[in-house]
This record gives sequence, structure tokens and C-alpha cells, in this order.
Amino acid sequence: MNIDSIKRGIVLDHIRAGRSMDLYRYLRLDELECSVAIIKNVKSNAMGRKDIIKVDDDISIDLDVLGYIDPGITVNIIENGAVKEKKHLSLPEKLTNIIHCKNPRCITSVEPALDHVFVLSDREKGVYRCIYCDSKH
Amino acid sequence: MRHLINITDFSTGEIESILDLADLMLSHPEKYRESQRGRILATLFFEPSTRTRLSFESAMLSMGGSVLGFATADSSSTSKGESLTDTIHTVSCYCDIIAMRHPKEGAPLAGSLISEVPVINAGDGGHNHPTQTLTDLMTIRREKGRLDRLTVGMCGDLKFGRTVHSLIGAMSRYKGVDFVLISPPELRVPDYVTSRLKAEGIPYTEAESMESVMDRLDVLYMTRVQRERFFNEADYIRLKDTYILDTDKLRFARDDLSILHPLPRVNEISVKVDADPRAAYFKQVKNGRYVRMALITKLLEQA
Repeated sequence: MNIDSIKRGIVLDHIRAGRSMDLYRYLRLDELECSVAIIKNVKSNAMGRKDIIKVDDDISIDLDVLGYIDPGITVNIIENGAVKEKKHLSLPEKLTNIIHCKNPRCITSVEPALDHVFVLSDREKGVYRCIYCDSKH
Repeated sequence: MRHLINITDFSTGEIESILDLADLMLSHPEKYRESQRGRILATLFFEPSTRTRLSFESAMLSMGGSVLGFATADSSSTSKGESLTDTIHTVSCYCDIIAMRHPKEGAPLAGSLISEVPVINAGDGGHNHPTQTLTDLMTIRREKGRLDRLTVGMCGDLKFGRTVHSLIGAMSRYKGVDFVLISPPELRVPDYVTSRLKAEGIPYTEAESMESVMDRLDVLYMTRVQRERFFNEADYIRLKDTYILDTDKLRFARDDLSILHPLPRVNEISVKVDADPRAAYFKQVKNGRYVRMALITKLLEQA
């Protein structure tokens, strides 16, 4: 199967197989007017199978969202048909309005204007806690 | 500008300096009688409380300051649908410092993010109660002469008992402190508390019987099972009488034990224990006024 290489844009590589559609939704790629290719179940030496997303435009991507969903993803910035920059992700220290607190006792449950903010409390286990009520996510 | 939202917002050095000032204020209250003249404390109690609100008001009045505020959410604009952040924004224009209690966890933190004056958390749901913790620390230090090398028993409602969560957070920072957590399985401390203890390598044991661990304790911190924290009345009734400290159980305790309770109590400490020299809970009430005087002073110095 062939997908044309892109001249200028972004390639998200090393996506865990099966997660590309989640990323497509989280990053709202459906709202873009440029071409977006989702390639699923690509053979990979390191991962067995992986997904890849190619975006045929230089869009700004929220790396915190990406890092939270899958810190193993590589972001390749493409210019003039070549990789200009390669970004390796990690779990972000802080997430604002990406996940929401589900604790009914938390102040965020009654104050709709408040940002939902979580901080990373255990990097190894990927545990985030609400800054208001300490609930785990 | 500093706020007090969680007891761990303050370093152990800062806490010691508040306790030192509180000790001075307790021994020479006359020296501080006019120290906050012209300053205003707002007490915003979205959830009713007698002891904490009066102790804040007494603290400010004892230093010549003034007090305004409300004692229930019904008497604030919250009943008209005003948001918490708007209330805090407004009130912070009328006062120099705010003490705030709210039934929702994290409400004082949310308030502090937009307040123009220091905010003190006077209790947020079942989450934290740092000024009670300052009171507890002052009492333990006065009774035991130190805050390190102590075995501290916590008994009763450790799940919703916010004073317990704050005290564990504060005492965890002193060397040689060992916690004994006595509760029924349904009211154990939340996992965020125990996971922090585990991560920091602080020893703790969980027990269901008070008698089996009593002889190990330097401090016994009793708590009330709080009806207002239960969604289900049947659960409250089933658990409310789980632990009652009486003179019979105290036979197992050391002579130098200190018994603390954040009060109010219902029946978890028998009134006969009040006469026991190990009972420190009424001294704790008195200390609460002076430690809040010291806290208000320190926060206003940095505002």
C-alpha cells in the first residue's frame, strides 16, 4: 500500500496500533481542510504493529495532549519533503482541560468556569491527580 | 502573597516559626492586643461551623482587628446563584485576609487563584483542614516537647476526616514518625494519603482494634464519624459507634500518652476521660486561637 510522501506537514509515528482514531478525534483532525492519512497496522520492528498519521499541512499540535494519550509517539516535522525536526514525547507535568475530574465532591463539579487541572504524581504508573481534590485519574 | 490551602504549602521551618509566635502570644497576649488594628478578616463559611469560625474571629479580635463575613451559604450570594470565584473576587476587595470553609474539596484553592488577599483554608469538605493541623502540631509540641520520633495513632473516620489527612501530611515531614491508622475497613484513609506514605518510605500500620495498638502510642488522635460526609444514612448509623475511648481502654495506654480530638465530639470519647491528665483536647481548643493569631500575623506580614 502506498501513501504519497508529504512536502510540508506533520507525521505522527510510533502510535500504538489501534489508537490512531482516538488521536484523530482528540486532535480534532476532522476539522482540517488539508489531506490527512491514517495508516493502521503498519509492520514495525520495535512495536510489532503501529499506526501512523500524516497531515499535509504545518498545523500546530498540542504536544501535552499527545504526550498524555501516548508518550511513545514520535512527531516528525516535515519541510521540503524532508524531516526538519523529530520530537520525542513524554508524559506532561500538567494537564489543563484535557481530562476532567469525576469526583462529585470536587469544586470543579459545581463551578463550570474552573479549569480542570491535573498534575503528574507518579510518572512510572502514569498517575495524574486533580489539583483541587487530589483525586486520581 | 502567601495563602494557606494545604499544610504542606508551608515548610517545616515556616511552621515552627508560626508555632513559636503562637507560644509567645499564648504567654503574653497583652503584647499583641493592638497588633492588627485597622485590618479586616473576612470569615466566609459556606458550611456551618461554630468552633473554627469563632476561633478565627476571636483570634482577629484579640489583636485589635475587625471581622466581617457569613456563617452559612444561605446568607451569602451563593444562594442567588453567584459563583464561588465571583464571591471571592468581591469579598477580597473588602478585607485584608480571608478564612474560608466550603463543603466542596479544593474550593479554597480555587478561591486563592483569583483572590487579591491571602486565603486561609478553614476546611474544604473531607479534604484538608490546615489550621486545625497547626493547632494539633502546637498541642503535640507543647505536650510532648517535640514533633519528631513519635508514634501517632489516628482513630475513627480516617476516610472523611480531613483533619487526619492534613495531620498525616504535616507529621510525615518529621523524622522518626510512625503512624498507626485505626479504623473500620470502610473508613480507611484515602489511597492518595497512603500512596504518599509508601512513596516516601514513612512507616504506617493499619489496625481495626484500638486495644491491640494502644500501648505503642505517644499520641492518640480521636475523630468523630461525621454524619454530613455520608451520602447514605444507613452507613452512618452502622459505623458511628465503632470506636469509643473510655477509661477501660485507657488501661492499655502509656502514662505519657496525649489524647487529642479536633472536636466537636459526640460520644467517641467518654466524658470520664476528660479528667484524665492525658486528655489534651481542651488545651487544643485554647491553642487554636493563638495559632490562628500567629498565622494571620505571618500571612499579613507577607501580603
